[in-house]
Amino acid sequence: MKADPAGVLTGAHYLDGDFACGEGAMAAGCRFTAGYPITPSTEVVERISRRFPMMGGTFVQMEDELASMAAVVGASWTGTKSFTVTSGPGFSLMMENIGLAVMMETPCVVVNVQRGGPSTGLPTMTGQADMMQARWGSHGDYELIAMSPQSPQEAFDLTIDAFNLAELYRVPVLFMMDECVGHMTEKVVIPPADEIEIVPRKLTKSKPGDFEPYRANGQMVPEFARAGDGYRFHTTGLTHDERGYPEMSAECQDKLVRRLMDKINGNADKIVRFEEEDTDGADVVVLSYGITARVAREGIDLAREKGVKVGVIRLIVVWPFPEKRIRELAGTVKAIVVPEINYGQMVLEVERCAAGRCASVCVPHGGGGVHDPSDICDAIMGAVK
Amino acid sequence: MSRTEIRITGFGGQGVVLSGYIIGRACAIQAGKHATMIQSFGPEARGSACSTMLAVSDTEVLYPYIGRPDVFVAMSTEGYDKYADELKDDGTLIYEQNLVHPTLKEGQPSFGVPSTRLAEQLGRAIVQNIVMLGFVAAVTKMVTHAEMRGAVEASVPPGTEALNLAAFDAGWDYYEQEYGDKKGEAAAAASSGA
Repeated sequence: MKADPAGVLTGAHYLDGDFACGEGAMAAGCRFTAGYPITPSTEVVERISRRFPMMGGTFVQMEDELASMAAVVGASWTGTKSFTVTSGPGFSLMMENIGLAVMMETPCVVVNVQRGGPSTGLPTMTGQADMMQARWGSHGDYELIAMSPQSPQEAFDLTIDAFNLAELYRVPVLFMMDECVGHMTEKVVIPPADEIEIVPRKLTKSKPGDFEPYRANGQMVPEFARAGDGYRFHTTGLTHDERGYPEMSAECQDKLVRRLMDKINGNADKIVRFEEEDTDGADVVVLSYGITARVAREGIDLAREKGVKVGVIRLIVVWPFPEKRIRELAGTVKAIVVPEINYGQMVLEVERCAAGRCASVCVPHGGGGVHDPSDICDAIMGAVK
Repeated sequence: MSRTEIRITGFGGQGVVLSGYIIGRACAIQAGKHATMIQSFGPEARGSACSTMLAVSDTEVLYPYIGRPDVFVAMSTEGYDKYADELKDDGTLIYEQNLVHPTLKEGQPSFGVPSTRLAEQLGRAIVQNIVMLGFVAAVTKMVTHAEMRGAVEASVPPGTEALNLAAFDAGWDYYEQEYGDKKGEAAAAASSGA
């Protein structure tokens, strides 16, 4: 279906990544936000709280991030598209209820505008060190989806995609911005509402007596009944059967958790998204994401001037990781060079997929700024030696 | 590829970020260039050193931070002291002349403006940043007068357009009178008439 025009601010704007993300959420049909202010993410909800009244949306400033995430899960069960916005310390506090959203199969979006950590770290300065937390931060086995925008325009476009993926797979989608993109202002073009494709909640058409909330019917994603629609309703973080009732058995655990993982892994080819350029015949491939992908382009140009054939992979969806493509590339290049604003996170995934068939080179940055392009060039030159 | 880098500094609360925003908007929306603005500030809301950086280019801006700016606008002494040395040797220095007392260098075009006093004369010191913006626009001519003025009008809070446009004009006119073509023309007319 097409976007509701009430939430779409069509036109050419000059917006920072945070504002663009907020506009993307409203264009995607989000009408509930609960959050607790934290730099550098607060501008997202500043934007939302000013504009929500014009489209019937609700913003609640909660007492903390635990409650914020809990409110988002609850709101989503009324059928309202919901999200929250935070940064490092708040992201840590949200982890338990992100796991609850995974277990209850609750569509929602969590925006993390990454700053330097650990702990309160560098509140106003950039980082990309929560990438593994996005994958593994909540306890137990699970799969979810995470994305990383490289510009305010993408902060708008991909936020819409994040909401759509959350609906398609009934899963939390983590929107892993970085402070640099969040606080970077550029031109953002917002298209007319009838050019924005929106995935609505897949509501069940079963009769109330026939409906079981977690019966997948051969599909990997069950149909949804909103709380209050008159269906028998039970949902829980405990391991549950198809009726939603707790069942403490290894068999039920295997059936449920295997499906939760398979619905993402089994659709990975449809979810995975990256840009690829000049990898045919490349000596080295540079893999990066977010702001670092832009900075890396300057380093790549420097290396190309010195005669090195450099290919580019830019992750757009970060989790699930493009395993298949990285395995293929590892057999054709000398090295995959991974600059990121952390001491080596996504490079571990590259190393796992490469499995020793090519070198995996970490180009670390501790946060508080972006790489010097010449450091990325030096890493490329070192990798071809 | 032509890339122009600009740094604007001042105290938090002085309108540093808004003035950078308006320049970026004029370049990106009104003039159709690529303009990326980055801001840096401390955890404090007011009074700390605040800075905004702009990279303006005919082609896509990849690296958003700036190295040695072509234009440096200083609205506070602290900001001037912190960033003056990074300005290109032949880069343009623009400063609030009653708040900043720069060390002027040969070969470095330098332009002072009493933007706070001009804003006070308009009745509201708060528009100091827009006076400065008008002055910067006149010095650099990076976009046309109409483009920058249009960006001011579109960026300030509703109801304050008239005051802010008056502030913009005050800054632009100050440049014309003290440094600009009008002054040159007047001198040329006098000499050719003689």
